[in-house]
Amino acid sequence: MEALVPFTTSGQLLNCVDKKMLVALRDGRKIIGVLRSFDQFANLVLNDAVERIHALNEYADIPRGIFLIRGENVVLMGEVDLDTEDTIQLKQAPIEQVLQKSLQLDEERAIKDSIRDEILKQRGFCTERVEGDVDVHRYGHSPYNI
Amino acid sequence: MLFFSVFKTLTEQTVTVELKNDLCLIGTLKSVDQFLNIKLDNVKVLDEQRYPHMMAIKNTFIRGSVVRYVQLPSESIDTQLLQDATRREATRN
Repeated sequence: MEALVPFTTSGQLLNCVDKKMLVALRDGRKIIGVLRSFDQFANLVLNDAVERIHALNEYADIPRGIFLIRGENVVLMGEVDLDTEDTIQLKQAPIEQVLQKSLQLDEERAIKDSIRDEILKQRGFCTERVEGDVDVHRYGHSPYNI
Repeated sequence: MLFFSVFKTLTEQTVTVELKNDLCLIGTLKSVDQFLNIKLDNVKVLDEQRYPHMMAIKNTFIRGSVVRYVQLPSESIDTQLLQDATRREATRN
């Protein structure tokens, strides 16, 4: 069966339908939901979606309902392993608490990364993130909408 | 199309994919498509502390447009053949 699946986007996504998937977006968000539909651009429709925010070993979920994602914003989509999910050492915490912590962590990371980027730039590397391609510090400049 | 063909010959190999958001994934290459979207099985993230959301993820679909590097096992690439094929492709256009 495996050999018959064509080397196309749809071929790769076909067996992800109706499974609990985690989608990482280019702006740094993580959406968890059940994949209901997709197309050749990796446009996705997720059912019962929640946005998950992490801060160290805590996380919080914000309900988002049905989520339609334009393909260009997708970084990756992973199938959530339901058995491993129960065993991992993360605990759910109130949204405000996790949000505040993650904001703080993002800020610290932004400082560290800007130092690293500066050094890389001096040595002739380009720093791709500034072109807005994959923004890892999204909480820094957009008001968060719960 | 050349690199699409190359990646197709590399399925079932263990590769490391580095994304533009600095996320580094190691896994078995299951599939690629014409956009060089990649499907990996048994994924491991290099810096799990920084990316806790990836802990419960077994297999993943990566969009080709966010990939920065793919590290391949050198023994499974015939560089001479690849070089020749690249030249042929370049002269054809």
